Amino acid sequence: MIILSNVLVLAALLFCISVAGIFINRKNILILLMCIELMLLSVNMNFIAFSHFLGDINGQVFVFFILTVAAAESAIGLAILVVLFRNRGTINVDDLKSMDG
Amino acid sequence: MISITDIMTVAPEIFMLTMACLILVLDTFSNDPQRRLTYYLSQLTLVVTAVLVSQLSPEQTAYAFGNSYIDDGMATVLKEGVFIIGFFAFLYSHEYLKEHGWLKGEYFVLGLFAILGEMILISAYSLLTVYLGLELLSLSLYAMVAMHRKSTAASEAAMKYFVLGAMASGMLLYGMSMIYGVTGSLQLETIATTIENDTSNILLVFGLVFVLVGIAFKLGAVPFHMWVPDVYQGSPTCVTLFLASAPKLAAFAMAMRLLVDGLQPMLDNWQQMLIILSILSMATGNIVAISQTNIKRMLAYSAIAHIGFLLLGLLSGTASGYAGSMFYVIIYALMSMGAFGMVILLGRKDFEADELAHFKGLSDRSPWFAFMMLILMFSMAGVPPFLGFWAKWFVLKELVDAGFVWLAATAVFFSIIGVYYYLHVIKLMYFDKADSMTAIKASKQMRFALSVNGLALLILGLMPGALLAICISVMSIAA
Repeated sequence: MIILSNVLVLAALLFCISVAGIFINRKNILILLMCIELMLLSVNMNFIAFSHFLGDINGQVFVFFILTVAAAESAIGLAILVVLFRNRGTINVDDLKSMDG
Repeated sequence: MISITDIMTVAPEIFMLTMACLILVLDTFSNDPQRRLTYYLSQLTLVVTAVLVSQLSPEQTAYAFGNSYIDDGMATVLKEGVFIIGFFAFLYSHEYLKEHGWLKGEYFVLGLFAILGEMILISAYSLLTVYLGLELLSLSLYAMVAMHRKSTAASEAAMKYFVLGAMASGMLLYGMSMIYGVTGSLQLETIATTIENDTSNILLVFGLVFVLVGIAFKLGAVPFHMWVPDVYQGSPTCVTLFLASAPKLAAFAMAMRLLVDGLQPMLDNWQQMLIILSILSMATGNIVAISQTNIKRMLAYSAIAHIGFLLLGLLSGTASGYAGSMFYVIIYALMSMGAFGMVILLGRKDFEADELAHFKGLSDRSPWFAFMMLILMFSMAGVPPFLGFWAKWFVLKELVDAGFVWLAATAVFFSIIGVYYYLHVIKLMYFDKADSMTAIKASKQMRFALSVNGLALLILGLMPGALLAICISVMSIAA
């Protein structure tokens, strides 16, 4: 029997993994984009779990909107990545340091 | 069921959306290198939408789509502010893009979509509409920052903005999911009534923290300000101008809706957090700005400091405190627009006047625009009788009335530190020799708009009562 807190803990773990991925990762921007996606998915899991256990449909509707926006978001993210690669020839996170102070 | 009143409430938004799509299509058929049709249609759209909003604004607060959307006095005033600022921002941008030779119609279409996002965010009354408005605004801004494809700095700024912005949205959503889980509703009003009696739920406090982190990211408050300086400096100046002005109004509205309309019963909790954010922002912003040599970066740190001041009004927790914050954010958007307008004015093809040194001896090159910059800088520093002084004065007065005398004293202390770097710009303009005496090249419209922008701060500063009275009246109805 799955109870609400099981799902919430799993979602929280996924969320932590994604945040850790964003901060620890120093190599590749693509991995950053994956982490952002994982973050949104963990939120979706939260919403669906609450929606199911509350017996309220609104949470699931919200999830559809999040999925749609996430798709648009990654499209823009990848487009920016392509522009960046054309200009600099690298997608290493450590190289994004031309501005400082 | 969708009723006619629902449609009428969102008529300005529908008009804006239709026009933005129409302009996008028309632009693809246009061969004009100056993009006159696109530009004039965009400006016309802004004017017509502004008229629609003022004509359709209801006497009493109107709700639409099952309480997901609200049209009240605050929404009307902030939207009008967004249109006025958007109009000027488009005008400056058109000049900039023409001069620098990468004028594209998409700039204005993306700008219109960003403004539509701002309108939705300002009127949002459920967690879902807040999220959708915010994303429409942010996604348009990411694309605008990256629009100058050849610029290395711009693409780097866009990447940073995108990653941090997306992360902030993720945090905000996580918080929203917690709040939804506790209250079982997405409507802000229902959330407020549900948690009225019991705010000690640990899940709710978690939700509040994450939502607040999201808001602080979007406003650019310390310690969530990492993106602000890099994005301001790296973006093309016209994009910096756009994202440093009107989106601040929308971010303020988002904070008002989520914290005041939705989570008002948790005032004690978020007040504490806002105090910390605000002190850190004022300290970091004002102190780090001193050591900057790039004026866009300096203005970015000044923006962080101003956000700290803006939060002071919010955290006082009274209707007049909120009115003070609203007054502050409108004035800040005007000043920031003018300051970046000056950077655009001094630039020319293949040259960005973004170093402080480029302002040396401006009074010899153009006494009038040196005077405009003087007004802007004095106003930002909060020197009477300019408008910026009244904004600071009113927020501080409300803060003292709410019993935070020590906080007001801290704010004054950091403001005094902040005066240094504004005065430094004035010293460069009036007492240093110019490196080159190149004449300032700008069209009549640009000169006129920038003069209006600067003089407005002086004239409104001499009679700040009207704008302030509007802010107070809409807030006292709302609260």
